[in-house]
Amino acid sequence: MILASQVWTQIFWTSVIAGGLLAGVPLMFTALGEAISERAGVLNIGLEGMMLAGAYCGFLGAYYGGNQWVGYLAGIGAGILASLIMVALCVWLGLDQIVVGIAITLAGEGITSVLYQARFSAEQPRLGNLDSNPIPLLDRIPVLGKAINGQTPLFDQPLIVYLGLTFAFVLAWVFRRTNVGLNLRAAGEKPEALDAAGVSVVATRSYAVLATGSLAGLGGAYLAIAGTGGFQPFLTQGQGFMAIVIAMLARGRPIRVVVFSLMFGIALSLSTVLQLAGIELAPEVVNMLPFAAVILALILFARRAYLPPALALAYVRGAR
Amino acid sequence: MTQHNGTSIPLVELRGITKAFPGVLANDRIDLTLRGGEVHCLLGENGAGKSTLIAILSGLNRPDAGEILIEGKPTTISSPRRALELGIGTVHQHSTLIPALSVLENLMLGDRRGLRLDEAGARRRLRDLSAQLGVEIDPDAKARDLALGHQQQVEIVKALWRGSRVLILDEPTSMLTPQGVAELAKVLDRLTESGQAIVFITHKLHEALSLGDQISILRQGRLVGHLTKEEIRIRSHDELRAEIVRIMFGEEARDIGDVAELREEVAGARSERHVPENAEVVLELRGLTAPGEGSERGVEEISFELRQGEILGIAGMDGNGQRALAEAIAGQRHASHGHVLLYGGDVSRLGVASRQKLGLRYVTDDRLGEGIVGMLPVGLNLFLKRIGEAPYWRYGRIQRAVVEGRAAELVREFDVRTPSVSKRVSTLSGGNIQKILLARELSFDPKVVVFHKPTYGLDVKTTAMVRALIRKLADGGGAAVVISTDLDELLELSDRIAVLSRGRLVGVVSNGPGAAEEVGELMVGSPAEAA
Amino acid sequence: MTETTTTTTATGRASVAALPRRPARSLRAERILDVIIRSIVPVVLALVAGGVLLLALGRNPLTFYGNIWTGGVAAGAWQNSAIRMAPFLLIAAGLTLIFRANIWNLGYNGQFLLAAALVSGYAPGLTNHVPAWLAFALLFLLAGAAGAIWTIVPAVLKARYGTNEIITTLMMSFIGVDLASLLIKGPFHDPTTPLPQTAVIPLDKMLPPIPGTRIHIGLLIAFAAIFVVHYMLTRTSWGLRLQIVGANPRAARHFGINLPRLILTSFLASGFLVGLAATADIVGLWGYIRTGWDPAYGDTIIPFVFLARLNALAVVPFIAFFSVLSTGGDLAAQQAGLPTDVLYVLVGLILLFMTVIEYLGRRRELGQSYLPQGLRQALHLRRAVA
Repeated sequence: MILASQVWTQIFWTSVIAGGLLAGVPLMFTALGEAISERAGVLNIGLEGMMLAGAYCGFLGAYYGGNQWVGYLAGIGAGILASLIMVALCVWLGLDQIVVGIAITLAGEGITSVLYQARFSAEQPRLGNLDSNPIPLLDRIPVLGKAINGQTPLFDQPLIVYLGLTFAFVLAWVFRRTNVGLNLRAAGEKPEALDAAGVSVVATRSYAVLATGSLAGLGGAYLAIAGTGGFQPFLTQGQGFMAIVIAMLARGRPIRVVVFSLMFGIALSLSTVLQLAGIELAPEVVNMLPFAAVILALILFARRAYLPPALALAYVRGAR
Repeated sequence: MTQHNGTSIPLVELRGITKAFPGVLANDRIDLTLRGGEVHCLLGENGAGKSTLIAILSGLNRPDAGEILIEGKPTTISSPRRALELGIGTVHQHSTLIPALSVLENLMLGDRRGLRLDEAGARRRLRDLSAQLGVEIDPDAKARDLALGHQQQVEIVKALWRGSRVLILDEPTSMLTPQGVAELAKVLDRLTESGQAIVFITHKLHEALSLGDQISILRQGRLVGHLTKEEIRIRSHDELRAEIVRIMFGEEARDIGDVAELREEVAGARSERHVPENAEVVLELRGLTAPGEGSERGVEEISFELRQGEILGIAGMDGNGQRALAEAIAGQRHASHGHVLLYGGDVSRLGVASRQKLGLRYVTDDRLGEGIVGMLPVGLNLFLKRIGEAPYWRYGRIQRAVVEGRAAELVREFDVRTPSVSKRVSTLSGGNIQKILLARELSFDPKVVVFHKPTYGLDVKTTAMVRALIRKLADGGGAAVVISTDLDELLELSDRIAVLSRGRLVGVVSNGPGAAEEVGELMVGSPAEAA
Repeated sequence: MTETTTTTTATGRASVAALPRRPARSLRAERILDVIIRSIVPVVLALVAGGVLLLALGRNPLTFYGNIWTGGVAAGAWQNSAIRMAPFLLIAAGLTLIFRANIWNLGYNGQFLLAAALVSGYAPGLTNHVPAWLAFALLFLLAGAAGAIWTIVPAVLKARYGTNEIITTLMMSFIGVDLASLLIKGPFHDPTTPLPQTAVIPLDKMLPPIPGTRIHIGLLIAFAAIFVVHYMLTRTSWGLRLQIVGANPRAARHFGINLPRLILTSFLASGFLVGLAATADIVGLWGYIRTGWDPAYGDTIIPFVFLARLNALAVVPFIAFFSVLSTGGDLAAQQAGLPTDVLYVLVGLILLFMTVIEYLGRRRELGQSYLPQGLRQALHLRRAVA
């Protein structure tokens, strides 16, 4: 009896972590990307569209290339392409970031759906399961390391997940200790000061938006390749917007972004977990939870969400 | 300030610099020579073209015509980065420090050597430069926590950070106390001794005379006069002053009224006014406390009385709670404690519109940011504090004929230069926008008016008009609170001057001989308080 | 110069900034040209780009657009388009109103679906028990109230803490969509069918048609709403306050405008109008609702609200155009073997081209623009001072 309940909890917690990672990693990539542009003063409402572009191209890459890495690269490429629109219109020409963002999301939703259904609507192909790379020794730790029932927890994940987690720490270091990071922060806090210091605001923001696009594309690709094992129209279901919230609540700090993403991932994967625990809930209720969590978080921490002063404002030299 | 290289090749030479903006010739064939070890003052009114010239030197704008020689070689200053590389550092009028970053981070910004920030090196450099300037700067303090004087020191360090040989200071004294100006002068002395060329921009004549080795005078985009070192040395200050006033204002000087008044203004004298002791108290503040917003300071426990016919000046460096005070009186900001009494009646709970109706008015300093709505026509802008009130609105519906008719009258009365009342207000000049604000606040029976930096950034004519209106208000049975960072203005206008420091009133001085020094002392405060 | 500007005094939206030293006739010509460039060109460009996409997919764009005409205008098809206009116009009215205040209510999908679920749930019973006019009135009120209530959380968060409403309205929208689905499966489920849907309103209990057409009277209500919104925005003190808040929230404070109250009222009004759209659509056209139905009308309407420069009257022709595009698009997409999501691509492209044209227009200083007044205004003002 005692033994049984222990096993139950172990499976339960392993699934929580595994599910949280599976659903949280796409959010993490995308939100890390958003953290970069938010800090640089660009509000990227087009994230949803960029994720979808990355998801579709990631799926194409993995499907035709026969390899997840081709998929990730294709996803990154698609994200960069989508973000180039934003760079050109918002950063170079100084057009409204919200309008352009909505446009990118709409066009991204439409075009991926049309392309997918024009080509794959009959067969609806699936991608194979991903191999995970257990970390030696650590993978023996119960709950955190040991796979149970095909649920792979923290130390038994595909390589890309480890890379993503490492990237978050690198990004934190970049923000704090490097010229690039200082420039990014200045571009969001007070672009005219950065300009006066002889660093191009436009270039800084352009790179930031491109980085965001590539990370959102990667997030989308991971969602298609590892998450659902295939593409469907409107696959992201608002995750791009959730990423914006995460970046906002984390005040653009990479480590916090990771933590929040995993928390949201757990909320997203809750239906499977609850089924394991023997609790049946309508899928709508479960779908609602992450969004309800955001609203709750905003109600509780509304005063603490921090956005850079120059966010969503185009920079025009000499316009002050 | 004596230097030997006066005859050698100048550090920077501008020849025939011309720059046009749509509708304005901002710089018209300007020649300027900057030499090491000299303070070169650029003197001129607002809009004379000083800022454009500086923008060209610091790489923010490029000239349409003309030539820039650096150490004799023709050079293009294509960007701010290029300017820094050429050794031209600029301290802009508005702070370019990033409030959320530390002093050190602000200084390291724009460094391109390697990926990693060289923090240790930056600390060393800051130590050396502070020693050179004779100032003390905490490298780890956030820029937003620094006092304005300290911020300016950091700005100077920043301008010198990459080995500048030319230092441009754009209106550096506009936010300093008299004592702060003296300290700045010392820093400038040390810099010229080390061979630095300094460009000092100001619109205050006495500063140019006391600090400049060379003085160039700009007017309407042209270089209209130049005083060399020798001229400044051999001629008396009075002579120079008369000459400069003539050059600066030319024919206009006669328009303004009399040059004597202008000279008085420059010298800081005041016109005589008298408020009877037993005049009625029209405005009283009792322990007024209002919070600050964001990084800006609030006010605490402000109490004073204002009598009919009186003009009370509020002096203090920017950022000491001026905005909180003005807004709390106007009803625009919620006061957490204390009371505002108008003719003995408590108005603390009333909103902007009700106070406006009772005659308590506020002329904001942020004319463009909050004073007008640019896309609305002039006529409507005059009634934005009366939205929904009869007879301009009836049952929530606007009465256009009434609004436009009354607006046309106000436009005439306050001499707003606009083609029609239906012209969008954003197309007007700064002076005319200020007149619109004045028309809105000084019409319909004003009783007590708070003026916040009423002449900031205005030309001499409009400045004179604004000051005359303030006096007229007081003489006609009203009363005024004038909040200004320009001490000369307060000395000219006020009957009494109260000093606002760190959100509190630290003292009140009766205007008269010696008031300037007293106010200056109060602004700086005791050393213990400043720590 | 005066005659072109005085007509728009109250709104301040003089459509062309008067250029000095130009004769009046060329001004008027320029104004017409301006409207054409800014409004029509983005649409044309988007259609051309969409055609290129169709070509790339191996479809004939001419056939595709021809089918849109057939399905949306030709024969009696225009009546179908007109029927679709009713909810579009009501949502457009709701968005125009709140965008004027520069507040982004992007939660229209949740507001709409929640209202639609409630209307579908109560309509069959209500129409049976009370007189038709009262039932319709109650259903419109119910839907409006539901839409309005769903904006309260974002409105209060923005009013009290300044929380970004883009995020909160979107989140509430996702929740609303799921909640609607729960309602349909649960309390409003039609027990006579295993399908997750509500009971169907009998045909004779639906909104009656305008005599001589198949178009239900919901369209008239939509037009009435458009006129009311236009009147409110251009003639009333509330509309002026709204516009000031949109142009410059700091100024709003200076003028003593009660910002929280205005945020709340504009959100409620916007949600109310979006809710009305649900009644018009359900009681006018569909008669029931099933789970998974999310037409996301608002997504595709947004560009046209911008193209009309947030002018409630100007939005009508654009919505008429889009109704044709959308009605005919169903047929065209079906014939081409494509999902109707192809419309999203067109709409996204219209938005993108709109911003570009806007930029070019700004460069040529043709005058007033669609949106982002905050920034634009800052630029204008600074130029005026320089």
